Amino acid sequence: MLLDLLSGLVTSIAIFLLTLVFALPLGLVISLGRMSKRGFLNIPTKIFISIMRGTPLMLQIMVVYFGPYYIFKIPLSSNYRFIAVIIAFSINYAAYFAEIYRAGIESIPIGQYEAAHVLGYTKCQTFFKIIMPQVIKRIIPPVTNEVITLVKDTSLSSTISVLEMFTIARQLSSAQTSMMPLIAAGIFYYVFNFIVAYLMEQLEKALNYYR
Amino acid sequence: MNVLTIEHLSKSFGSLSVLKDISLKVSKGEIVAVIGPSGSGKSTLLRCATMLETMDTGSLSYCGEYVCQHDASLNKSVYASQQKLRDLRRMFGLVFQNFNLFPHYTVLKNITDAPICVQKRDKQAVIEEARNLLREIGLADKENAYPYQLSGGQQQRVSIARALINKPEMVFFDEPTSALDPELTNEILKTIRKLASLRITMMIVTHEIEFARNVADRVIFMAGGVIVEEGKPDDVILHPQNPRTQTFLANLKK
Repeated sequence: MLLDLLSGLVTSIAIFLLTLVFALPLGLVISLGRMSKRGFLNIPTKIFISIMRGTPLMLQIMVVYFGPYYIFKIPLSSNYRFIAVIIAFSINYAAYFAEIYRAGIESIPIGQYEAAHVLGYTKCQTFFKIIMPQVIKRIIPPVTNEVITLVKDTSLSSTISVLEMFTIARQLSSAQTSMMPLIAAGIFYYVFNFIVAYLMEQLEKALNYYR
Repeated sequence: MNVLTIEHLSKSFGSLSVLKDISLKVSKGEIVAVIGPSGSGKSTLLRCATMLETMDTGSLSYCGEYVCQHDASLNKSVYASQQKLRDLRRMFGLVFQNFNLFPHYTVLKNITDAPICVQKRDKQAVIEEARNLLREIGLADKENAYPYQLSGGQQQRVSIARALINKPEMVFFDEPTSALDPELTNEILKTIRKLASLRITMMIVTHEIEFARNVADRVIFMAGGVIVEEGKPDDVILHPQNPRTQTFLANLKK
């Protein structure tokens, strides 16, 4: 039983890591669009964020998975399941991360931009050297929240039967008519999150060298 | 030679006209203090001169090189290219009211990062110069401190060093002591006096009237977006001719 769960856990971790790899940069791009003064950038991103936050992730997973078949009649291959989950999670979490980035970027005092401007930094240098390091420090607590939620949300992949830990735990549980697989999975999720929270705390401490 | 030349500068925010046809020259080694009530446009004048605001009409130049020139046919000022403006920014330094140091950089990096990474100057030479500046302002032992570990006065001295590192033709001060308590204010005024004794060209927007009288070669009194009166400090501050100046100075003495 444990081996089955652990193989599922590997898939859960893969979903978790790939989602972060795609959603963190994508969220930054979306937040920049959202803050743009140009309508063709900020209106679509605003609508995108609104839809991603306003509809269930479970439904989004199903739309991404079944959409190509229902809409374009593209036959579904079995390895598309995993890809669909990564796409759905990435765009959903990118929307949340975008709003966190936005809050962080808007909290930086205008004087930081002005000082950089007078010193001759280009816009790009100002953003990456002066603004972003301060933003990252400020957004770690809300990002930690999202990341912990993501660990638990990976279980939503069971909607389209991706063989991650929750799907396997449920199958084992009904096959054995036993609670144990579910409890074991719960413990694994908890330990996973305990480690994630610990790592984020270390990151926060590492950035505490200034205020 | 004129370091700074401003001609017929006007600036509005929406329908609010903040600066009305201001002309002003600052010659090399001159120390100019700008005083006046809140909302008189003195900060906006300094922000236009340091390119933090764009001016609507008029011209601005440093040592004869134009930042922007008035175009009569368009009836507005036309700015030079981005590259040219970036080069011209090296002509001046600016000290902010709220210091605006970068909190994630050490004192040394705050001073040296722009010269090294933006102006691409030689790293060792810049660090050497920064250490000399820190010694002069009495913060030699603080080069590895972060801004939050310093007092307001120390932070402001670091930002003065940051403004001086590229050996600018001119240094602007935007109410450099307004965020400080009286003791720290004196600390900063002492530092500025030291710069004055080196004949560094300066324009200081300030509420410290006595300081302006002592340190400046020329005092400009602004109100309602125009230069109401200007001249030698003793003339403007002790014997103001314009009723607007008289009222302002009389109110300060109460």
